[in-house]
Amino acid sequence: MQVALDQTLSPFGVNDKGFYGRFGGAFIPEMLYPNVEELRRNYLTIINDPAFQQEYRDLLTDYVGRPTPLFLASRLSEQLNATIYLKREDLCHTGAHKVNNTVGQILIAKRLGKKRIVAETGAGQHGVATATVCALMGLECVVYMGAIDIERQKPNVDRMKMLGATVVAATSGSQTLKDATNEAMRHWINNPVDTHYIIGSVVGPHPYPDMVARFQSVISEEVKKQLFAKTGSENPDYVVACVGGGSNAAGAFFHYLDEPSVKLVAAEAAGMGISSGHSAATTALGKPGVLHGSRTILMQTEDGQVTEPYSISAGLDYPGIGPLHAHLYDSGRGIFKSITDEDAVKSAFELTRLEGIIPALESAHALAALKELPLTDKDVVVVCLSGRGDKDLATYSKYL
Amino acid sequence: MDNPTFQMIQTITQNRINDLFARKSQGLLNVYFTAGFPEIGATASILRSLEKAGVDLVEIGMPYSDPVADGETIQQSNMKALEDGMSLRLLFEQLAGCRDEVTVPILLMGYINPVLQFGVEAFCRKCKEVGVDGVILPDLPLDLYLDEYEPIFREYGLLNIFLITPQTTEARIRLIDEQTEGFIYMVSSASITGSQSGVSDEMLAYFNRIQAMNLRNPRLIGFGIKDSETYQMACQYANGAIIGSAFIRHLQNGPATEERIQEFVSAIR
Repeated sequence: MQVALDQTLSPFGVNDKGFYGRFGGAFIPEMLYPNVEELRRNYLTIINDPAFQQEYRDLLTDYVGRPTPLFLASRLSEQLNATIYLKREDLCHTGAHKVNNTVGQILIAKRLGKKRIVAETGAGQHGVATATVCALMGLECVVYMGAIDIERQKPNVDRMKMLGATVVAATSGSQTLKDATNEAMRHWINNPVDTHYIIGSVVGPHPYPDMVARFQSVISEEVKKQLFAKTGSENPDYVVACVGGGSNAAGAFFHYLDEPSVKLVAAEAAGMGISSGHSAATTALGKPGVLHGSRTILMQTEDGQVTEPYSISAGLDYPGIGPLHAHLYDSGRGIFKSITDEDAVKSAFELTRLEGIIPALESAHALAALKELPLTDKDVVVVCLSGRGDKDLATYSKYL
Repeated sequence: MDNPTFQMIQTITQNRINDLFARKSQGLLNVYFTAGFPEIGATASILRSLEKAGVDLVEIGMPYSDPVADGETIQQSNMKALEDGMSLRLLFEQLAGCRDEVTVPILLMGYINPVLQFGVEAFCRKCKEVGVDGVILPDLPLDLYLDEYEPIFREYGLLNIFLITPQTTEARIRLIDEQTEGFIYMVSSASITGSQSGVSDEMLAYFNRIQAMNLRNPRLIGFGIKDSETYQMACQYANGAIIGSAFIRHLQNGPATEERIQEFVSAIR
């Protein structure tokens, strides 16, 4: 992997204390300190080791199926009066970009001598991507999933079980992703020596947001090369991606962070509408605070209790965003758009009928954000199509 | 992140916690309960009952939606209190005037986000106003505390108590010992609250190792202390012990009356 971007020199890179501007850090109980510190001390050395790079790159090519195509969506382009390219992360093994990160982290876990992997999952995509690499590497896998999510995402629960993972229902609190994350952290606290926690997004205490962003940065690394080959320029006018925690967006933005001519657009889930009380639009509704180990922007009550978010898309149903994204929002580098359930579903159907690609509900939010941009026929836009829609058919079928 | 460049804190703050340890160095009992649990209005009366029952320190939990260092028992008590409308603002109202009757040192235990939303300085000022002596904020790590908040806490005479675990390195324990006062909270093993059963050789080796470090601060052992036997054991290796989940379970099983609280404390001692 290319780690050429010297993040210490970039205003959008992480500093040595794990902060992006005023966001980030490692707000963790002492019980987690040794685990997180072990990772912090070692992750860059491991990632920059040529033998690691070789193994990681080979797996991305031969197992994940990278590079994923950059597809010119001609009919969509015509409709939107701009040149729209789709970065086809939906074609990755397991159906989404999540596996870029789990492949990287499992190799780190092995080098740290860990015997067991713990992970949290919302919709189950990260859980499946984690269970997949655990099967590949022969490591024990425990996935925490909210009891309510287990009910509504049965196919992914069965995939994880078939892959040999133990799926544990998080029955505390609201029984969804945030509680699954709490339970996974508790599991790690109780098993500090032999277990590695694979966080699925650019959230959590430092070094997780940076580590996950580096593993996902392969997305923009490929886009640059592919776009250059197709257009003669590696820079588009816009890069658009959905943001729950924000890992596909972090990967799609990564190599463009210091290219001010490239506008970075993040699509958040507005759910039933920002003021409906059923939303996951973190920057629109949240305030700075601490969630899951980092200072970021999160949805919370006046008293600082974390609010339960809502989105039709389980992958965007998270009350915070990664600290990098909080910094992009805060600094104005990122353009944040709130997309309702309805607009996302509509865009999913449009893409399907125009291009023959059924997108994940999460990715459909990025597609819907295109309509919020002042596009002209000169604009070149890259949309990160983070995942495929097979998992969402039960939802889509209601609209048929 | 062990950072040895901070100046060692020399002054001993005039504070009920420091006074207590100056007076008494053995067999101290610190009992935790969640503010507003089992009844939203019960905070002040439980505090009084614990003092009457002879508890040495009282730790009051500030309920939080995502208490990641706590086990199921304490989390459930947090959820119940929040559902009933408990908040930091209300807690300070409930504690106002408690110092007319209660002399025992009071600590607030909770998570950093509600404190940030309240405002760190406003929080410290309120603590001083109502007579809170110390806080335990597990997700505010030492380096961030020293970088950003330590002067504010000091200005209001509020002690911030830090945790150590069997995995905490010696250098880090030394740093915590040098940079903080009051006492050091020894987490008995790698665990969340309320999850321990029994005393292992590993645990004893850890207790002995810490005892041999001759730290300047007193130590209380918490996590897994649930009855007379575990309390006595902890007292052999530290200045006392902290009981949380076991007391919450006691409150779940019957009314929070003075008699029942006395009964619980007597059974421990």
